[in-house]
Amino acid sequence: MNVNHAPAGTEEYQPVFTGKTLEQLNTILARYPTKQAALLPALWLVQEERGWISDRSMTEVAEVLGITPAYVKGVVTFYTMYHQHPVGRNFVQVCTTSPCNICGAEDVVKALLKETGAGDLGATSPDGKWTVIEVECLGACGFATPVLINDDFIESVTPEKVPEIVQRYR
Amino acid sequence: MGYPHKPHARETVVLSKHFGDADAKSYKGWVKRGGYDALQKAFGMDPAAVVEEMKASGLGGRGGAGFPTGLKWSFMPKEKKKAHYLCVNADESEPGTFKDREIMRWTPHALLEGTAIAAYSIRAEVAYIYIRGEFTEPLAVMEQALAEANQAGVFKDKVKIYLHRGAGAYICGEETALMNSIEGKRGNPRIKPPFPAAAGVFGMPTTINNVETLAAVPHILKQGAAWYKAMCLSNPKSTGTKLFSVCGHVQRPGNYEVTMGFPLKDLLYEMCGGVGPGRTLKACIPGGSSVPILTREETEATLLDYEGVVERGSMLGSGGVIVFDDTTDMVYQIMRLAKFYAHESCAQCTQCREGTAWTVKIMERILAGQGKMQDLDLLLDLSDNMTGKTICVLSDSCAAPVVSGIKKFKNEFEAYITGKRRPVAAD
Repeated sequence: MNVNHAPAGTEEYQPVFTGKTLEQLNTILARYPTKQAALLPALWLVQEERGWISDRSMTEVAEVLGITPAYVKGVVTFYTMYHQHPVGRNFVQVCTTSPCNICGAEDVVKALLKETGAGDLGATSPDGKWTVIEVECLGACGFATPVLINDDFIESVTPEKVPEIVQRYR
Repeated sequence: MGYPHKPHARETVVLSKHFGDADAKSYKGWVKRGGYDALQKAFGMDPAAVVEEMKASGLGGRGGAGFPTGLKWSFMPKEKKKAHYLCVNADESEPGTFKDREIMRWTPHALLEGTAIAAYSIRAEVAYIYIRGEFTEPLAVMEQALAEANQAGVFKDKVKIYLHRGAGAYICGEETALMNSIEGKRGNPRIKPPFPAAAGVFGMPTTINNVETLAAVPHILKQGAAWYKAMCLSNPKSTGTKLFSVCGHVQRPGNYEVTMGFPLKDLLYEMCGGVGPGRTLKACIPGGSSVPILTREETEATLLDYEGVVERGSMLGSGGVIVFDDTTDMVYQIMRLAKFYAHESCAQCTQCREGTAWTVKIMERILAGQGKMQDLDLLLDLSDNMTGKTICVLSDSCAAPVVSGIKKFKNEFEAYITGKRRPVAAD
């Protein structure tokens, strides 16, 4: 795995697991009989700290948990919620699976892409503030269309409500 | 429907009694409502006696399979030689299902209490509650509730409960995939046997239960197996109450709790207000997207219990009811469901990895007006190869709506193939 494209010593990597974050990880490690079991929680900690999970961070996680960087990458790529590249400051996930689809989810996506300026699915708006993606079932089908903006779960979104919602996060 | 809401007169509220009542979320509020009495009662009983009580109640697993809970618990080794674990499946991701989310949001202590009772009964010292990554609010509520319960020392050091957050993978709702995920691995389902009671999470004897199942446990222990078993409107094998999540084309979507054996027709038309004005019901998926689609006639004749739904050609599953009215393009929606499974396939088994992807491609071709009549046979042949041939049932779940869809709504497929219907571009 290419973890460091720059010549040795020219890139400064600040470890994630120091101070408070290291303490959090140690608390988590005590919950499981193996170190590896802390992998998903450790990756969440990295994403909370850095906004995404770089190859270098995966190597750090591997070192801390005593597994290989390749193994960590295999896990990161399996789970859709881990970002392998930077995303907009506001990360928007819209459910478009059947139950929401028949209630107009695709129009909500269009409205969000337009209003945020993100333009295309998965792309980040020029101001770096917005990334909008379609996701499969968010588990709130009775409250179509659910939208997850960062950690905020917003129910019953319609295209008409989109401008006001986007305004709140500007 | 959002909360608080007044339950419908025909609901039997047991699990949902405190939905919408913010005070019930706190430890103090829960205790005030009789919470944790059942746990203290369990601690005074022999674990085997608690298992017997569950067996006698007839409680079946509410995650989808309906396997008898007491029987499942009794599979754990009688003689304890290794660590035992309890895993709680809160990875609710089945399209159409949103009941566990409400249980965790409004009655987190009901789940914690049920979890502690189950762990005690199977003699597990540790229980992991696996909550799907997207459930940010339920996770926060559960964290707060767990901290309060630990502070109060209600588990008396007999059981430790930990929350484990998923990271976006439908397949982790499959029990062995969930265990792999807890172990810090990719969520690939495991070949069974060995079954979890012999070798589960960390290779140790493990029981895994759904949120709704465990939330019912304290009520059963407190009010007795006979009380629970008496709640039954049709087949005596299906007992108790069940939360049904209704979504799609109904006037009042939401969670409704009814006694097992309740008519699906009454749930949809009376409680949910039916479909929109001037529209008629076309189809219904009664148990989450993985079960066969029912026509209107079948829907109106269905009784909601494990046996009743099977009798009409589908399954009760997780109780996620998806309603489609006459404006629905069934071909497009079935393609959309197939797309869900193609996206969520863990890609371990060839039949699933290739089958789900090709199902989508063929259906998109039909939607684009480029399909042939043979494509329908091809889809059915493909679905046949995807059923009963893989490690887990994700592949079967993709085939179910496709097969039942072609069988019951063939004219809609043919309309696209013959050019009677205008082609649509699938995003």
